[in-house]
Amino acid sequence: MEQIKRLKINNDLGLHGRAAARIVELAGQYSSRLFFKKEDHEVDGSSILSILTLACPKGTEIQAKAVGEDSAELMDRLTELFKQRFGEQK
Amino acid sequence: MKDHQVIGNDKLQGIAVSPGIIIGKARLVDRSREKIVYQYLIDDSEISKEVERFKEALDATKEQIVTLKNRMSDQIKEHAFILDTHLMIIDDSMITDSTINTILDQKINAEWALKKSVRKIRQLFEKIDYEYIRDRINDVENVAERILRNLSGKEMESLFEIDERVIIVAHDLSPADTSELNTSKVMGFITDVGGRTSHTAIMAQALKIPAVVGLESVTSLIQDGTLIIVDGYIGEVIIGPDDDTIIAYQEKEIQHERYRSSILQLSHLPSETVDGHKIAIKANIEFIEEVVAAKEYGAEGIGLYRTEFHYLQKKKIPDEEELFEAYKEVVEKISPAPVTIRTLDLGGDKILSNNESPGEANPALGLRSIRLCLKERDIFKSQLRAILRASAYGQIRLMFPMISGLQELLDAKQILKEVMDELEKENVKYDRDIKVGIMIEVPSAVTLADVLAKHVDFFSIGTNDLIQYALAIDRVNEHVAYLYEPYHPAVIRMIRQVVKVAKEADIDVSLCGEMAGDPLCVSILVGIGIDELSMNAGGVPLLKKIIRSISREEAMADLQDILALNTAKEVRQFIEKRIEPLMPDLQEKDFYMKVSIDKSTH
Repeated sequence: MEQIKRLKINNDLGLHGRAAARIVELAGQYSSRLFFKKEDHEVDGSSILSILTLACPKGTEIQAKAVGEDSAELMDRLTELFKQRFGEQK
Repeated sequence: MKDHQVIGNDKLQGIAVSPGIIIGKARLVDRSREKIVYQYLIDDSEISKEVERFKEALDATKEQIVTLKNRMSDQIKEHAFILDTHLMIIDDSMITDSTINTILDQKINAEWALKKSVRKIRQLFEKIDYEYIRDRINDVENVAERILRNLSGKEMESLFEIDERVIIVAHDLSPADTSELNTSKVMGFITDVGGRTSHTAIMAQALKIPAVVGLESVTSLIQDGTLIIVDGYIGEVIIGPDDDTIIAYQEKEIQHERYRSSILQLSHLPSETVDGHKIAIKANIEFIEEVVAAKEYGAEGIGLYRTEFHYLQKKKIPDEEELFEAYKEVVEKISPAPVTIRTLDLGGDKILSNNESPGEANPALGLRSIRLCLKERDIFKSQLRAILRASAYGQIRLMFPMISGLQELLDAKQILKEVMDELEKENVKYDRDIKVGIMIEVPSAVTLADVLAKHVDFFSIGTNDLIQYALAIDRVNEHVAYLYEPYHPAVIRMIRQVVKVAKEADIDVSLCGEMAGDPLCVSILVGIGIDELSMNAGGVPLLKKIIRSISREEAMADLQDILALNTAKEVRQFIEKRIEPLMPDLQEKDFYMKVSIDKSTH
């Protein structure tokens, strides 16, 4: 099972440390594997450092891919997390 | 009077980041990042053991950080996420898998393999354009340092376990280290590296313990157990003080305590003369963090917000968004009081790359400040947009520096109008009635003040530059610095002329610059009829105290006498006779002055 979706980064600070930490935290709750791709650069979504190296400011769109049994639910919650600006106010 | 001069004690100068004076024993904490790690090959038969050893070090490191996190006091709980991030980094495949693979493939020791992983991560991070993301490499190095300690079996000394009252002396303290400090035992800390806005500095302020950073080599000069004095007001550290020095500093701290309590009584009283004339006292700031102190000291707003920091902090021009966030935070924090934001006041050499920069023989008279902004319009526009957008969140006054004639002012206002039109089109909120003013700091602007006054809402007299330009002296040049003289009759006449013109044109006039915070100058300025003084926050309470004890009528009468004097020396003597009775303790004055002048930059 595989889910692919394009997600937009809406918070002012972009994919900074705390936002990346929220993603890693979420990914850790599922057995599915998570990947992010920006341009040709694909990284492991369970690695906070890899996510940071994507260097995404506000407004960047990245591709998320979840692979595994619970990938649908993971993708839903991930979409929500991006929409909620990683819990940041702006 | 006690002599505060220290003789025979080693004195070091660093950067004061958290106020207070402490006298105590130094505790050297080895947090050096320069640990030497050797590479050696591992026998095939030992490889799996080496991997195990690495994994054990990871587990031990995690355990230590979890312990730290659980021990965090409520005061600093909000910073716990830093430690959560550290835990994630320890588990990160770029650390774990990468190091384990290197051990297996290259048959080398865990320490060296870990170093390689960190180097690889650092190379990737160095390419990141965004400083706040790039800087996370510090967390990676911090975590790696802890893992290395565990690998070598030498456990990092826990700062939490310090159980006697000491002053921590370290090369650097990470936020994680700072969070460990047991503030009932640790009196304060001093470090070799760090700056005013470093995370460590912010933590020290949150913990309310004195701290001095940027002392360069303090860790090599101080031995464990040495008696030291840390002066967190002015950034001094005294090593091995003698009894007299200790007593002097104890007295200074007592005075400061007394001063603080007198501030609290004074700071919320109105700033008005005994004959009921109000003079607004505001603060000059450079950093967002200073707003709190400004309010605490009783400033009625920010009279000068210097905006250069964001341009100097990094090697590139800050973007509009970053500036907007900063300005918005300042305006929201000081609201409902107003803030006067001065647009970029820098020399071209500070922000342009070398081949763009003109390489000037005389930068003070060169392409700088408003001239630079009128040339580099994109930079200027992006700052104006940020200021205007922030004006939707409180009361902002916009101020152009270094205006020398009408054309410059009209050009600057034209660009401002273009930016307003843009925002209008984009439907972005801003204060359409924003007050626009100029700094009066070039002598030609003094002469032309009546012309300029027709086009602005306020004047702010910038005496630091005005004195330099009017008297043709560079105060940094030691041979002529003695000529820098606020009491110079020419300076007083110029200020008087500007104030007179402003009154006739019915616009506000304020004075910023060190002269505003000089207790001896107040009565001259009040006599001249200035409406507002803006100074470093630390100087506000004393100025308020003096204003509340003089009469405007008398000050005006004195001014007539002062205008009849011909030299700066005569003016100074006259004014000292007037003001000294108001400050019975001259030592008190010296102390206030030191506190208030300490932070004057640019």
